[in-house]
Amino acid sequence: MSRVVFLKERCKGCLLCTQVCPKGIIALSGEMNQQGYKIVEVAPGKMEQCTGCASCAMICPDTVITVYKTVKPGQPVKPGEPGEEVARVNG
Amino acid sequence: MTEKIAFERPKPLADRATHYCPGCSHGIVHRLVAETLQDMDLVENTIAVSAIGCSVFLYNYIMVDTVEAPHGRAPAVATGVKRARPDRFVFTYQGDGDLASIGMAEIMHCANRGERVSVVFVNNTIYGMTGGQMAPTTLVGQKTTTCPSGRCRDSEGMPIRMAEIIASLGGTAYASRVAVDTIKHLNQAKKALRKAFEVQVNGLGFGFVEFLATCPTNWKMSSIDANKRIAEEMIPYFPLGDFKDVTTGKGVC
Repeated sequence: MSRVVFLKERCKGCLLCTQVCPKGIIALSGEMNQQGYKIVEVAPGKMEQCTGCASCAMICPDTVITVYKTVKPGQPVKPGEPGEEVARVNG
Repeated sequence: MTEKIAFERPKPLADRATHYCPGCSHGIVHRLVAETLQDMDLVENTIAVSAIGCSVFLYNYIMVDTVEAPHGRAPAVATGVKRARPDRFVFTYQGDGDLASIGMAEIMHCANRGERVSVVFVNNTIYGMTGGQMAPTTLVGQKTTTCPSGRCRDSEGMPIRMAEIIASLGGTAYASRVAVDTIKHLNQAKKALRKAFEVQVNGLGFGFVEFLATCPTNWKMSSIDANKRIAEEMIPYFPLGDFKDVTTGKGVC
């Protein structure tokens, strides 16, 4: 399952990521961080829809988002790809 | 199930919060610069020259050696740095108030001499740091604190199109204009930035990329509306694309 991880303390709540997500799963959370900004989240239960396209991370001005993309079985991470050394097995 | 990291913070970009307002395009351009330096394996070999404006704290965010230049003089400082250390990769990072106004003489002559430096030019049509005054690139009709009823063509003239001016100068190897409002434009922006860096590495001449960027605070808009303004108002006046590219012969006389 592809997924995105938000670094909550860096988010400034500009909402640009909500506009570019092709699945529309990112939304304002109602939570506030220590900087005092209302931050975004992936709506509960909607993370399965994430395709790992990284559009949200590319438009984020504060590099809040890290994107993990699923590698299909039988499709090993190619040598030299950025994710090679971190490919791992989920429990 | 295995997974790989599809996107993470590029290593030359400092792991700290920026002072930029929410939705400010500077963060996106910083990341593109950091990614391109990392991809081209230039990080250890780079000297950046930062300018005056919101981007003044560039040295806090991109972890390369940086010289702080006086207002508008970044291309002149970069000329000195490059001539003293021709083995280093040198780029300047300037806003439109810095490059297109007070620094007009320096950028024109730096490009005309064909200095082997690259310029990252962030055009948000306003002076951001000082509180939203009119810049040479402010669009006609745009309201700022120094033209509260909107820029008037009769008294203030038309906005300056920098990428076209730089492309017309003899020493320029690459001049392009890109935007950072959509994913498609971001991909184009990264390619253009890489090309502007490559012409310096290959010793072909001066590289210039203009980024159409937002300033939600001084435009008095939400981040989302500001992002839409790039496509609705800026791109029609500031067309995107390459204006000169010596590697393909485009715009070369």
